[in-house]
Amino acid sequence: MGYFNSFSEFLDMGGHALYVWLSYAITLGIFILNLLSLWFKKRAFFKLAKRQTKREQRSL
Amino acid sequence: MNFFTAIVRRDLVLALRNRNEVVNPLAFFMIVIALFPLAVSPETAVLSKIAPGIIWVAALLATLLSLDGLFKSDFDDGSLEQILVSPQSLALLAIGKVLSHWLMSGFLLALLSPLLAIMLFLPSQAVGALVGSLLLGTPTLSLIGAIGAALTVGLRKGGVLISLLVLPLYIPVLIFGAGAVQAGVMGMPIAGYLALLGAMMVFSLMFAPFAIAAALKLSIRN
Amino acid sequence: MKINMPRWFYQLASPKWSYDIMGMLLPWFAIAAGLLLTGGIVWGLAFAPTDANQGNSYRIIYIHVPAAILAQSCFMLMALAGGIGMVWKMKVAHIVAKSAAPIGASMTVIALATGAIWGKPTWGAWWVWDARLTSMLILLFLYLGIMALYSAFENKASGDQAAAILTLVGLVNIPIIKYSVEWWNTLHQPASFTLTKKPAMPPEMWMPLLVMVLGYYCFFGFLLMARTRLELLERENKSSWVIAVINEKI
Repeated sequence: MGYFNSFSEFLDMGGHALYVWLSYAITLGIFILNLLSLWFKKRAFFKLAKRQTKREQRSL
Repeated sequence: MNFFTAIVRRDLVLALRNRNEVVNPLAFFMIVIALFPLAVSPETAVLSKIAPGIIWVAALLATLLSLDGLFKSDFDDGSLEQILVSPQSLALLAIGKVLSHWLMSGFLLALLSPLLAIMLFLPSQAVGALVGSLLLGTPTLSLIGAIGAALTVGLRKGGVLISLLVLPLYIPVLIFGAGAVQAGVMGMPIAGYLALLGAMMVFSLMFAPFAIAAALKLSIRN
Repeated sequence: MKINMPRWFYQLASPKWSYDIMGMLLPWFAIAAGLLLTGGIVWGLAFAPTDANQGNSYRIIYIHVPAAILAQSCFMLMALAGGIGMVWKMKVAHIVAKSAAPIGASMTVIALATGAIWGKPTWGAWWVWDARLTSMLILLFLYLGIMALYSAFENKASGDQAAAILTLVGLVNIPIIKYSVEWWNTLHQPASFTLTKKPAMPPEMWMPLLVMVLGYYCFFGFLLMARTRLELLERENKSSWVIAVINEKI
Protein backbone atom coordinates (compact mmCIF):
# COMPACT_ATOMS: atom_id res chain seq x y z
CA MET A 1 0.00 0.00 0.00
CA GLY A 2 1.11 3.54 -0.81
CA TYR A 3 4.55 4.53 0.29
CA PHE A 4 5.14 1.52 2.54
CA ASN A 5 5.82 -2.01 1.25
CA SER A 6 3.85 -3.88 3.88
CA PHE A 7 1.33 -3.25 6.62
CA SER A 8 3.83 -4.08 9.36
CA GLU A 9 6.24 -1.58 7.88
CA PHE A 10 3.41 0.98 7.94
CA LEU A 11 2.78 0.25 11.62
CA ASP A 12 6.47 0.54 12.41
CA MET A 13 6.81 4.01 10.79
CA GLY A 14 10.49 3.50 10.20
CA GLY A 15 11.18 3.01 13.90
CA HIS A 16 9.19 6.09 14.91
CA ALA A 17 5.98 4.18 15.65
CA LEU A 18 5.73 5.38 19.25
CA TYR A 19 5.93 9.07 18.37
CA VAL A 20 3.69 9.01 15.31
CA TRP A 21 0.95 6.82 16.74
CA LEU A 22 1.03 8.50 20.16
CA SER A 23 0.48 11.94 18.66
CA TYR A 24 -2.27 10.68 16.35
CA ALA A 25 -3.94 8.96 19.30
CA ILE A 26 -3.82 12.10 21.44
CA THR A 27 -5.26 14.19 18.61
CA LEU A 28 -8.03 11.70 17.97
CA GLY A 29 -8.76 11.57 21.70
CA ILE A 30 -9.10 15.36 21.95
CA PHE A 31 -11.35 15.45 18.85
CA ILE A 32 -13.56 12.77 20.39
CA LEU A 33 -13.62 14.57 23.75
CA ASN A 34 -14.84 17.69 21.98
CA LEU A 35 -17.63 15.76 20.30
CA LEU A 36 -18.56 13.91 23.51
CA SER A 37 -18.76 17.09 25.59
CA LEU A 38 -21.04 18.59 22.97
CA TRP A 39 -23.21 15.50 22.98
CA PHE A 40 -23.44 15.35 26.79
CA LYS A 41 -24.28 19.05 27.02
CA LYS A 42 -26.99 18.64 24.41
CA ARG A 43 -28.48 15.62 26.18
CA ALA A 44 -28.43 17.40 29.54
CA PHE A 45 -30.20 20.42 28.07
CA PHE A 46 -33.02 18.45 26.48
CA LYS A 47 -33.42 16.24 29.56
CA LEU A 48 -33.88 19.32 31.74
CA ALA A 49 -36.22 20.89 29.21
CA LYS A 50 -38.28 17.72 29.06
CA ARG A 51 -38.62 17.60 32.85
CA GLN A 52 -39.64 21.24 32.93
CA THR A 53 -42.33 20.88 30.28
CA LYS A 54 -43.73 17.83 32.09
CA ARG A 55 -43.85 19.74 35.36
CA GLU A 56 -45.62 22.62 33.65
CA GLN A 57 -48.16 20.30 32.07
CA ARG A 58 -48.89 18.66 35.44
CA SER A 59 -49.39 22.02 37.13
CA LEU A 60 -51.89 23.06 34.47
CA MET B 1 -6.35 67.91 35.21
CA ASN B 2 -7.56 69.05 38.60
CA PHE B 3 -9.53 65.84 38.89
CA PHE B 4 -6.43 63.84 38.03
CA THR B 5 -4.20 65.44 40.68
CA ALA B 6 -7.01 65.11 43.21
CA ILE B 7 -7.24 61.38 42.52
CA VAL B 8 -3.48 60.87 42.77
CA ARG B 9 -3.21 62.95 45.94
CA ARG B 10 -6.14 61.20 47.58
CA ASP B 11 -4.74 57.73 46.83
CA LEU B 12 -1.30 58.66 48.08
CA VAL B 13 -2.73 60.08 51.31
CA LEU B 14 -4.82 56.95 51.80
CA ALA B 15 -1.79 54.74 51.16
CA LEU B 16 0.36 56.69 53.62
CA ARG B 17 -2.34 56.48 56.28
CA ASN B 18 -2.67 52.74 55.82
CA ARG B 19 1.00 51.87 55.71
CA ASN B 20 0.51 48.11 55.79
CA GLU B 21 -0.74 48.09 52.25
CA VAL B 22 2.45 49.75 51.09
CA VAL B 23 4.85 47.77 53.26
CA ASN B 24 3.36 44.32 52.70
CA PRO B 25 4.28 43.95 49.00
CA LEU B 26 7.79 45.20 49.76
CA ALA B 27 8.16 42.68 52.58
CA PHE B 28 6.82 39.99 50.26
CA PHE B 29 9.39 41.02 47.64
CA MET B 30 12.23 40.62 50.16
CA ILE B 31 10.97 37.33 51.59
CA VAL B 32 10.64 35.75 48.14
CA ILE B 33 14.19 36.83 47.34
CA ALA B 34 15.42 35.40 50.65
CA LEU B 35 13.86 32.03 49.82
CA PHE B 36 16.10 31.41 46.83
CA PRO B 37 19.47 31.13 48.60
CA LEU B 38 17.76 28.76 51.03
CA ALA B 39 16.15 26.67 48.32
CA VAL B 40 18.78 26.70 45.58
CA SER B 41 22.21 27.35 47.01
CA PRO B 42 23.97 30.14 48.94
CA GLU B 43 26.98 29.99 46.65
CA THR B 44 28.02 33.26 45.06
CA ALA B 45 28.48 31.83 41.58
CA VAL B 46 25.02 30.25 41.46
CA LEU B 47 23.18 33.20 42.97
CA SER B 48 24.79 35.87 40.85
CA LYS B 49 23.87 33.86 37.77
CA ILE B 50 20.17 33.61 38.59
CA ALA B 51 19.82 36.96 40.38
CA PRO B 52 18.44 38.96 37.39
CA GLY B 53 15.63 36.48 36.83
CA ILE B 54 14.81 36.05 40.52
CA ILE B 55 14.61 39.77 41.25
CA TRP B 56 12.43 40.37 38.22
CA VAL B 57 10.06 37.49 38.97
CA ALA B 58 9.78 38.59 42.60
CA ALA B 59 9.05 42.20 41.56
CA LEU B 60 6.40 40.95 39.15
CA LEU B 61 4.71 38.86 41.84
CA ALA B 62 4.88 41.69 44.38
CA THR B 63 3.18 44.03 41.89
CA LEU B 64 0.54 41.44 41.23
CA LEU B 65 -0.09 40.98 44.95
CA SER B 66 -0.73 44.67 45.50
CA LEU B 67 -3.02 44.93 42.46
CA ASP B 68 -5.89 42.97 43.93
CA GLY B 69 -7.00 45.89 46.08
CA LEU B 70 -6.47 48.61 43.47
CA PHE B 71 -10.16 49.33 42.85
CA LYS B 72 -11.67 47.28 45.68
CA SER B 73 -12.29 49.96 48.33
CA ASP B 74 -13.57 52.48 45.78
CA PHE B 75 -15.87 49.82 44.37
CA ASP B 76 -17.17 48.75 47.78
CA ASP B 77 -17.88 52.24 49.11
CA GLY B 78 -19.57 53.36 45.90
CA SER B 79 -17.15 56.11 44.90
CA LEU B 80 -16.48 54.40 41.57
CA GLU B 81 -20.18 54.51 40.81
CA GLN B 82 -20.24 58.21 41.68
CA ILE B 83 -17.40 58.87 39.23
CA LEU B 84 -19.17 56.85 36.55
CA VAL B 85 -22.30 59.04 36.75
CA SER B 86 -20.23 62.23 37.04
CA PRO B 87 -18.89 63.92 33.87
CA GLN B 88 -15.31 62.97 34.78
CA SER B 89 -13.47 60.61 32.48
CA LEU B 90 -13.08 57.09 33.75
CA ALA B 91 -9.87 56.63 31.72
CA LEU B 92 -8.31 59.62 33.48
CA LEU B 93 -9.30 58.13 36.81
CA ALA B 94 -7.63 54.89 35.74
CA ILE B 95 -4.36 56.66 34.90
CA GLY B 96 -4.42 58.49 38.23
CA LYS B 97 -5.05 55.36 40.22
CA VAL B 98 -2.38 53.41 38.35
CA LEU B 99 0.12 56.24 38.84
CA SER B 100 -0.38 56.33 42.59
CA HIS B 101 -0.32 52.53 42.70
CA TRP B 102 2.96 52.50 40.84
CA LEU B 103 4.49 55.14 43.13
CA MET B 104 3.61 52.95 46.11
CA SER B 105 4.70 49.63 44.56
CA GLY B 106 6.93 49.54 41.46
CA PHE B 107 8.78 52.73 42.26
CA LEU B 108 9.58 51.61 45.81
CA LEU B 109 10.54 48.14 44.56
CA ALA B 110 13.02 49.73 42.17
CA LEU B 111 14.50 51.82 45.00
CA LEU B 112 14.78 48.73 47.18
CA SER B 113 16.30 46.52 44.50
CA PRO B 114 20.01 47.54 44.90
CA LEU B 115 19.89 46.13 48.42
CA LEU B 116 18.60 42.80 47.13
CA ALA B 117 21.14 42.88 44.33
CA ILE B 118 23.85 42.94 46.98
CA MET B 119 22.26 40.06 48.86
CA LEU B 120 22.20 37.96 45.67
CA PHE B 121 25.75 38.95 44.65
CA LEU B 122 24.61 40.62 41.46
CA PRO B 123 27.75 42.13 39.85
CA SER B 124 27.82 45.83 40.64
CA GLN B 125 27.96 46.91 36.99
CA ALA B 126 24.43 45.51 36.54
CA VAL B 127 22.79 47.42 39.38
CA GLY B 128 22.12 50.42 37.16
CA ALA B 129 20.44 48.17 34.61
CA LEU B 130 18.36 46.57 37.37
CA VAL B 131 17.05 49.86 38.75
CA GLY B 132 16.53 51.31 35.29
CA SER B 133 14.67 48.28 33.94
CA LEU B 134 12.47 48.14 37.04
CA LEU B 135 11.67 51.85 36.79
CA LEU B 136 10.68 51.50 33.14
CA GLY B 137 9.07 48.07 33.33
CA THR B 138 6.91 48.20 36.45
CA PRO B 139 4.60 50.99 35.13
CA THR B 140 3.62 48.60 32.33
CA LEU B 141 3.00 45.90 34.91
CA SER B 142 0.76 48.25 36.89
CA LEU B 143 -1.15 49.34 33.76
CA ILE B 144 -1.79 45.82 32.46
CA GLY B 145 -2.51 44.54 35.94
CA ALA B 146 -5.08 47.28 36.45
CA ILE B 147 -7.07 45.84 33.52
CA GLY B 148 -7.23 42.53 35.35
CA ALA B 149 -8.09 44.25 38.63
CA ALA B 150 -10.89 46.21 36.94
CA LEU B 151 -12.32 43.08 35.32
CA THR B 152 -12.41 41.13 38.59
CA VAL B 153 -13.27 43.89 41.06
CA GLY B 154 -16.93 42.89 41.30
CA LEU B 155 -16.22 39.19 41.81
CA ARG B 156 -16.08 37.60 45.21
CA LYS B 157 -13.06 35.45 44.43
CA GLY B 158 -10.87 37.66 42.28
CA GLY B 159 -7.49 36.84 43.84
CA VAL B 160 -6.30 33.81 41.91
CA LEU B 161 -8.24 34.70 38.79
CA ILE B 162 -6.43 38.01 38.36
CA SER B 163 -3.04 36.26 38.29
CA LEU B 164 -4.31 33.82 35.68
CA LEU B 165 -5.53 36.71 33.52
CA VAL B 166 -2.56 39.00 33.91
CA LEU B 167 0.56 36.84 34.17
CA PRO B 168 0.65 35.71 30.51
CA LEU B 169 0.48 39.36 29.47
CA TYR B 170 3.46 40.16 31.71
CA ILE B 171 5.83 37.88 29.81
CA PRO B 172 7.27 40.44 27.34
CA VAL B 173 8.10 42.86 30.18
CA LEU B 174 9.71 40.02 32.12
CA ILE B 175 11.80 38.92 29.15
CA PHE B 176 13.15 42.37 28.35
CA GLY B 177 13.48 43.43 32.00
CA ALA B 178 15.51 40.39 33.00
CA GLY B 179 17.32 40.60 29.65
CA ALA B 180 18.46 44.14 30.41
CA VAL B 181 19.93 43.06 33.75
CA GLN B 182 21.60 40.05 32.15
CA ALA B 183 23.14 42.30 29.49
CA GLY B 184 24.32 44.57 32.29
CA VAL B 185 25.98 41.62 34.01
CA MET B 186 27.86 40.77 30.82
CA GLY B 187 28.85 44.37 30.31
CA MET B 188 26.86 44.75 27.11
CA PRO B 189 24.91 47.90 26.18
CA ILE B 190 21.47 48.06 27.80
CA ALA B 191 20.05 51.09 26.02
CA GLY B 192 18.15 48.91 23.52
CA TYR B 193 16.40 46.96 26.28
CA LEU B 194 15.48 50.10 28.15
CA ALA B 195 14.15 51.63 24.93
CA LEU B 196 11.94 48.58 24.34
CA LEU B 197 10.69 48.67 27.93
CA GLY B 198 9.96 52.37 27.50
CA ALA B 199 8.12 51.68 24.24
CA MET B 200 5.99 49.06 25.95
CA MET B 201 5.22 51.55 28.73
CA VAL B 202 4.12 54.24 26.27
CA PHE B 203 2.10 51.73 24.27
CA SER B 204 0.27 50.43 27.32
CA LEU B 205 -0.22 53.99 28.59
CA MET B 206 -2.04 54.76 25.35
CA PHE B 207 -4.33 51.74 25.32
CA ALA B 208 -4.67 50.31 28.82
CA PRO B 209 -6.65 53.26 30.30
CA PHE B 210 -9.50 52.65 27.84
CA ALA B 211 -9.55 48.93 28.58
CA ILE B 212 -9.53 49.71 32.31
CA ALA B 213 -12.37 52.20 31.87
CA ALA B 214 -14.47 49.70 29.87
CA ALA B 215 -13.79 46.99 32.45
CA LEU B 216 -14.73 49.26 35.34
CA LYS B 217 -17.94 50.25 33.58
CA LEU B 218 -19.05 46.66 33.17
CA SER B 219 -18.00 45.71 36.70
CA ILE B 220 -20.11 48.53 38.13
CA ARG B 221 -23.14 47.66 36.00
CA ASN B 222 -22.84 43.96 36.81
CA MET C 1 -20.35 57.38 13.85
CA LYS C 2 -22.81 55.23 12.03
CA ILE C 3 -21.78 52.43 9.76
CA ASN C 4 -24.36 50.68 7.64
CA MET C 5 -23.70 46.99 7.47
CA PRO C 6 -25.31 44.60 4.98
CA ARG C 7 -28.67 43.11 5.82
CA TRP C 8 -27.42 39.63 6.71
CA PHE C 9 -25.23 41.18 9.39
CA TYR C 10 -28.25 42.49 11.27
CA GLN C 11 -30.13 39.26 10.69
CA LEU C 12 -27.28 37.42 12.43
CA ALA C 13 -28.15 39.41 15.53
CA SER C 14 -31.41 37.48 15.77
CA PRO C 15 -30.84 34.32 17.82
CA LYS C 16 -33.54 32.37 15.99
CA TRP C 17 -32.25 33.33 12.55
CA SER C 18 -28.69 32.40 13.54
CA TYR C 19 -29.90 29.14 15.04
CA ASP C 20 -31.70 28.21 11.84
CA ILE C 21 -28.95 29.19 9.42
CA MET C 22 -26.35 27.33 11.47
CA GLY C 23 -28.60 24.30 11.58
CA MET C 24 -28.71 24.37 7.79
CA LEU C 25 -24.93 24.67 7.39
CA LEU C 26 -24.05 22.19 10.15
CA PRO C 27 -24.43 18.86 8.30
CA TRP C 28 -22.40 20.08 5.31
CA PHE C 29 -19.52 21.06 7.54
CA ALA C 30 -19.69 17.71 9.31
CA ILE C 31 -19.61 15.78 6.02
CA ALA C 32 -16.76 17.90 4.63
CA ALA C 33 -14.78 17.55 7.86
CA GLY C 34 -15.23 13.76 7.89
CA LEU C 35 -14.17 13.35 4.26
CA LEU C 36 -11.24 15.76 4.36
CA LEU C 37 -9.88 14.47 7.66
CA THR C 38 -10.01 10.77 6.76
CA GLY C 39 -8.67 11.48 3.27
CA GLY C 40 -5.89 13.69 4.59
CA ILE C 41 -4.84 11.25 7.29
CA VAL C 42 -4.70 8.26 4.95
CA TRP C 43 -2.84 10.31 2.35
CA GLY C 44 -0.41 11.79 4.87
CA LEU C 45 0.25 8.61 6.83
CA ALA C 46 0.41 6.01 4.11
CA PHE C 47 1.03 7.68 0.73
CA ALA C 48 3.16 10.77 1.24
CA PRO C 49 6.89 10.19 0.81
CA THR C 50 9.14 10.17 3.85
CA ASP C 51 11.30 13.08 4.92
CA ALA C 52 15.03 12.75 4.20
CA ASN C 53 16.15 14.23 7.53
CA GLN C 54 13.49 13.19 10.00
CA GLY C 55 12.27 9.90 8.62
CA ASN C 56 8.65 9.03 9.23
CA SER C 57 8.30 11.03 12.44
CA TYR C 58 7.70 14.07 10.19
CA ARG C 59 4.21 12.63 9.53
CA ILE C 60 3.16 14.31 12.78
CA ILE C 61 3.12 17.52 10.75
CA TYR C 62 -0.27 16.55 9.33
CA ILE C 63 -1.97 16.91 12.68
CA HIS C 64 0.39 19.39 14.33
CA VAL C 65 0.48 22.29 11.89
CA PRO C 66 -3.30 22.50 11.26
CA ALA C 67 -3.88 22.53 15.03
CA ALA C 68 -1.36 25.32 15.50
CA ILE C 69 -2.87 27.39 12.68
CA LEU C 70 -6.37 26.86 13.98
CA ALA C 71 -5.38 27.69 17.57
CA GLN C 72 -4.24 31.11 16.41
CA SER C 73 -7.04 31.87 13.99
CA CYS C 74 -9.56 30.81 16.63
CA PHE C 75 -8.19 33.51 18.93
CA MET C 76 -8.57 36.07 16.15
CA LEU C 77 -12.12 34.92 15.54
CA MET C 78 -12.90 35.29 19.24
CA ALA C 79 -11.47 38.82 19.27
CA LEU C 80 -13.45 39.71 16.16
CA ALA C 81 -16.67 38.26 17.55
CA GLY C 82 -16.07 39.86 20.94
CA GLY C 83 -15.39 43.23 19.28
CA ILE C 84 -18.58 42.97 17.21
CA GLY C 85 -20.45 42.01 20.36
CA MET C 86 -19.12 45.06 22.19
CA VAL C 87 -19.72 47.56 19.38
CA TRP C 88 -23.15 46.40 18.18
CA LYS C 89 -24.30 44.92 21.52
CA MET C 90 -24.88 41.66 19.71
CA LYS C 91 -25.55 38.72 21.98
CA VAL C 92 -25.05 36.12 19.24
CA ALA C 93 -21.51 37.40 18.55
CA HIS C 94 -20.61 37.04 22.22
CA ILE C 95 -22.01 33.52 22.26
CA VAL C 96 -19.90 32.61 19.20
CA ALA C 97 -16.79 33.92 21.02
CA LYS C 98 -17.67 31.96 24.14
CA SER C 99 -18.29 28.74 22.21
CA ALA C 100 -15.00 29.10 20.35
CA ALA C 101 -12.85 29.39 23.49
CA PRO C 102 -12.80 25.70 24.57
CA ILE C 103 -12.28 24.53 20.97
CA GLY C 104 -9.35 26.90 20.57
CA ALA C 105 -7.89 25.74 23.85
CA SER C 106 -8.15 22.09 22.81
CA MET C 107 -6.45 22.89 19.47
CA THR C 108 -3.65 24.55 21.44
CA VAL C 109 -3.31 21.42 23.57
CA ILE C 110 -3.09 19.28 20.41
CA ALA C 111 -0.42 21.57 18.96
CA LEU C 112 1.55 21.47 22.21
CA ALA C 113 1.28 17.72 22.76
CA THR C 114 2.12 16.74 19.19
CA GLY C 115 4.91 19.33 19.10
CA ALA C 116 6.42 17.91 22.27
CA ILE C 117 6.16 14.33 20.98
CA TRP C 118 7.67 15.37 17.67
CA GLY C 119 10.49 17.02 19.60
CA LYS C 120 11.60 13.72 21.13
CA PRO C 121 12.96 12.10 17.95
CA THR C 122 13.99 15.45 16.44
CA TRP C 123 15.65 17.19 19.39
CA GLY C 124 16.09 14.24 21.74
CA ALA C 125 13.89 15.72 24.48
CA TRP C 126 10.16 15.74 25.20
CA TRP C 127 10.14 19.43 25.87
CA VAL C 128 12.36 22.12 24.42
CA TRP C 129 11.91 25.84 25.10
CA ASP C 130 11.59 26.49 21.41
CA ALA C 131 10.07 29.84 20.44
CA ARG C 132 7.02 28.30 18.76
CA LEU C 133 6.27 25.86 21.56
CA THR C 134 6.71 28.58 24.17
CA SER C 135 4.37 30.98 22.38
CA MET C 136 1.85 28.15 22.08
CA LEU C 137 2.11 27.55 25.82
CA ILE C 138 1.43 31.23 26.51
CA LEU C 139 -1.50 31.11 24.08
CA LEU C 140 -2.90 28.21 26.12
CA PHE C 141 -2.60 30.32 29.29
CA LEU C 142 -4.49 33.14 27.54
CA TYR C 143 -7.26 30.72 26.55
CA LEU C 144 -7.45 29.35 30.10
CA GLY C 145 -7.69 32.89 31.51
CA ILE C 146 -10.53 33.79 29.14
CA MET C 147 -12.43 30.59 29.95
CA ALA C 148 -11.96 31.19 33.69
CA LEU C 149 -13.28 34.73 33.30
CA TYR C 150 -16.41 33.50 31.50
CA SER C 151 -17.21 31.08 34.28
CA ALA C 152 -16.41 33.54 37.11
CA PHE C 153 -19.38 35.76 36.29
CA GLU C 154 -22.84 34.71 37.37
CA ASN C 155 -24.40 37.29 35.10
CA LYS C 156 -23.67 35.88 31.65
CA ALA C 157 -23.92 39.21 29.83
CA SER C 158 -21.24 40.73 32.09
CA GLY C 159 -19.03 37.67 31.66
CA ASP C 160 -19.34 38.04 27.89
CA GLN C 161 -18.21 41.65 27.98
CA ALA C 162 -15.38 41.00 30.44
CA ALA C 163 -14.05 38.15 28.32
CA ALA C 164 -14.36 40.27 25.16
CA ILE C 165 -12.23 43.00 26.74
CA LEU C 166 -9.65 40.43 27.85
CA THR C 167 -9.61 38.80 24.40
CA LEU C 168 -9.02 42.14 22.70
CA VAL C 169 -6.23 42.99 25.15
CA GLY C 170 -4.76 39.53 24.52
CA LEU C 171 -4.96 40.00 20.74
CA VAL C 172 -3.00 43.26 20.97
CA ASN C 173 -0.44 41.45 23.13
CA ILE C 174 0.00 38.32 20.99
CA PRO C 175 2.38 39.91 18.46
CA ILE C 176 4.41 41.48 21.29
CA ILE C 177 4.58 38.16 23.11
CA LYS C 178 5.58 36.34 19.93
CA TYR C 179 8.27 38.83 19.10
CA SER C 180 9.72 38.87 22.61
CA VAL C 181 9.68 35.07 22.91
CA GLU C 182 11.41 34.71 19.55
CA TRP C 183 14.02 37.23 20.56
CA TRP C 184 14.49 35.53 23.95
CA ASN C 185 14.84 32.19 22.20
CA THR C 186 17.56 33.31 19.82
CA LEU C 187 19.45 34.73 22.79
CA HIS C 188 19.35 31.47 24.71
CA GLN C 189 19.43 28.81 22.03
CA PRO C 190 21.54 29.40 18.98
CA ALA C 191 19.96 28.01 15.83
CA SER C 192 18.35 24.73 16.73
CA PHE C 193 16.55 22.48 14.31
CA THR C 194 13.10 24.03 13.94
CA LEU C 195 10.04 21.91 13.45
CA THR C 196 8.42 23.48 10.45
CA LYS C 197 11.19 25.40 8.74
CA LYS C 198 12.51 22.96 6.20
CA PRO C 199 13.82 23.13 2.68
CA ALA C 200 10.77 23.68 0.48
CA MET C 201 8.37 20.77 0.74
CA PRO C 202 7.52 18.86 -2.44
CA PRO C 203 3.83 18.91 -3.45
CA GLU C 204 3.35 15.24 -2.49
CA MET C 205 4.06 16.38 1.08
CA TRP C 206 2.23 19.68 1.35
CA MET C 207 -0.91 18.68 -0.53
CA PRO C 208 -2.09 16.29 2.19
CA LEU C 209 -1.21 19.04 4.68
CA LEU C 210 -3.49 21.45 2.84
CA VAL C 211 -6.27 18.85 2.92
CA MET C 212 -5.75 18.43 6.66
CA VAL C 213 -5.83 22.19 7.29
CA LEU C 214 -9.15 22.43 5.41
CA GLY C 215 -10.44 19.43 7.32
CA TYR C 216 -9.54 20.99 10.65
CA TYR C 217 -11.29 24.22 9.65
CA CYS C 218 -14.43 22.34 8.68
CA PHE C 219 -14.36 20.38 11.93
CA PHE C 220 -13.89 23.63 13.81
CA GLY C 221 -16.79 25.19 11.94
CA PHE C 222 -19.01 22.23 12.73
CA LEU C 223 -18.12 22.21 16.45
CA LEU C 224 -18.40 25.98 16.75
CA MET C 225 -21.85 26.09 15.17
CA ALA C 226 -23.11 23.15 17.19
CA ARG C 227 -21.86 24.68 20.45
CA THR C 228 -23.23 28.11 19.55
CA ARG C 229 -26.66 26.66 18.77
CA LEU C 230 -26.74 24.86 22.12
CA GLU C 231 -25.65 27.96 24.00
CA LEU C 232 -28.36 29.95 22.16
CA LEU C 233 -30.97 27.46 23.35
CA GLU C 234 -29.70 27.69 26.93
CA ARG C 235 -29.62 31.49 26.99
CA GLU C 236 -32.98 31.99 25.29
CA ASN C 237 -34.77 29.17 27.05
CA LYS C 238 -37.77 31.36 27.91
CA SER C 239 -38.46 32.55 24.38
CA SER C 240 -41.17 31.01 22.23
CA TRP C 241 -38.88 29.77 19.44
CA VAL C 242 -36.79 27.73 21.89
CA ILE C 243 -39.93 26.21 23.39
CA ALA C 244 -41.00 25.27 19.85
CA VAL C 245 -37.59 23.65 19.25
CA ILE C 246 -37.88 21.69 22.50
CA ASN C 247 -41.39 20.51 21.76
CA GLU C 248 -40.27 19.33 18.36
CA LYS C 249 -37.48 17.26 19.92
CA ILE C 250 -39.57 15.50 22.58
